[in-house]
Amino acid sequence: MIALLTRDLRLAVRAGGGFGLGLGFFLVVVVLVPLGVGPEGGTLAKIAPGILWVAALLACLLSLDRIFALDHEDGTLDLLATAPIPPEGIVSMKALAHWITTGLPLVIAAPVLALLMNLPGPGYPWLVLSLLLGTPALSVIGTFGAALTVGLKRGGLLLSLLVLPLYVPTLIFGAEVVKRGAAGQALGVPVLLLAGITAGAAALLPFASAAALRVNLR
Amino acid sequence: MSIWKYANPVIFMQTSGRLLRWLVPLTAVLMAVGLVWGFAFTPPEENQGSTVKIIFLHVPAAMLGINAWLMMLVASLVWLVRRHHVSALAAKAAAPIGATMTLIALITGAIWGEPMWGTWWAWDPRLTSFLILFLFYLGYLALWEAIEDPDTAADLTSVLCLVGSVFAILSRYAVNFWNQGLHQGASLTLMQKQHVADAYWYPLMISIGGFLCFFVTMVLVRTRTEIRARRLQALLARERMA
Repeated sequence: MIALLTRDLRLAVRAGGGFGLGLGFFLVVVVLVPLGVGPEGGTLAKIAPGILWVAALLACLLSLDRIFALDHEDGTLDLLATAPIPPEGIVSMKALAHWITTGLPLVIAAPVLALLMNLPGPGYPWLVLSLLLGTPALSVIGTFGAALTVGLKRGGLLLSLLVLPLYVPTLIFGAEVVKRGAAGQALGVPVLLLAGITAGAAALLPFASAAALRVNLR
Repeated sequence: MSIWKYANPVIFMQTSGRLLRWLVPLTAVLMAVGLVWGFAFTPPEENQGSTVKIIFLHVPAAMLGINAWLMMLVASLVWLVRRHHVSALAAKAAAPIGATMTLIALITGAIWGEPMWGTWWAWDPRLTSFLILFLFYLGYLALWEAIEDPDTAADLTSVLCLVGSVFAILSRYAVNFWNQGLHQGASLTLMQKQHVADAYWYPLMISIGGFLCFFVTMVLVRTRTEIRARRLQALLARERMA
């Protein structure tokens, strides 16, 4: 399983250039919003938590169909399915690799982009914390969507339609944490709920993803 | 005999055919009585005027919008556990009806909300969660459409239905975080003493009954269509083999 993880990471960094893609998309969205909304600091500060979270979510979505598509095309996935690790392990490692290549860079880049969005000072640690807690859930849920659509020719659009509604609770709690953090309000409950969603998704969804993967490789 | 004997397509076709003979007229009568009584023969309410009458469409549609998903969840579980094809087809048959009902509830709510709340739409928890439910229906339907092999499609949509149910419930409680919202609480429960005046209560109950019968009728008809389509495909496949 570790070997699978390192292989996925190496492939993401070296081949295909998929590594920086999500990050670049995140950057572009966050730069475009002030251009559309206008440069008033007050407005931007108000919508910053929501925009940052929506942009992170879209950046995550962008790279989802790469999780299984390439491996499915060249047959690696069939080999993996016959390997002596359970499919649950495969999808967990795939989700982890996706998070390290997409989610983690977003977490690191977010404070810099929050600067562009004029996020109020107390919000920064909470932005990082909420993304750190929330983006693993995005990867795990996304892996489930990717497993559902792995065999399809034009799975990309369908994947977004399937996955975006599933992202709703994560988005709401994540943006809520940043909003409350920026306003200096109590935020224990949304932080815990966000962590709960991530933990629950990471614990249970691999089983659903593996079931979908088994069906698709039948 | 257990309930599972109806999982046999032949018995299902016979039984549902016999049931439909009664269900179709019953649906027509209940819906006609409920809606005509509700729209034409109830007094205008003192605060809301005659806009209150949209309740006879809105409430039954909203109830079905949620309960159709619940029925799909049960049917999906039955398919995953016992692999009865009729069950998977029933889930497929129920989805468009549930989506339509959700849409009707959203639209009638908007029509009622414009004069009453002064807005077509508000990001109120109930409204939002219904919109999200509608998105779930869309995704579910799209997945059925996208996959060619019927058994694979049944498997994957069933898994999606299970996962979607959990996340739909999560979303329902997540949106509560914003505020309590504009939408009034449920004024209708079967067990408690009713909060609705008798003049509205009886036609509303008849209307709900009518919508429920309509849903059952439609699911049966659509499931029968799906079974026939499946048989047709089997015949065609056999022809090609010969």
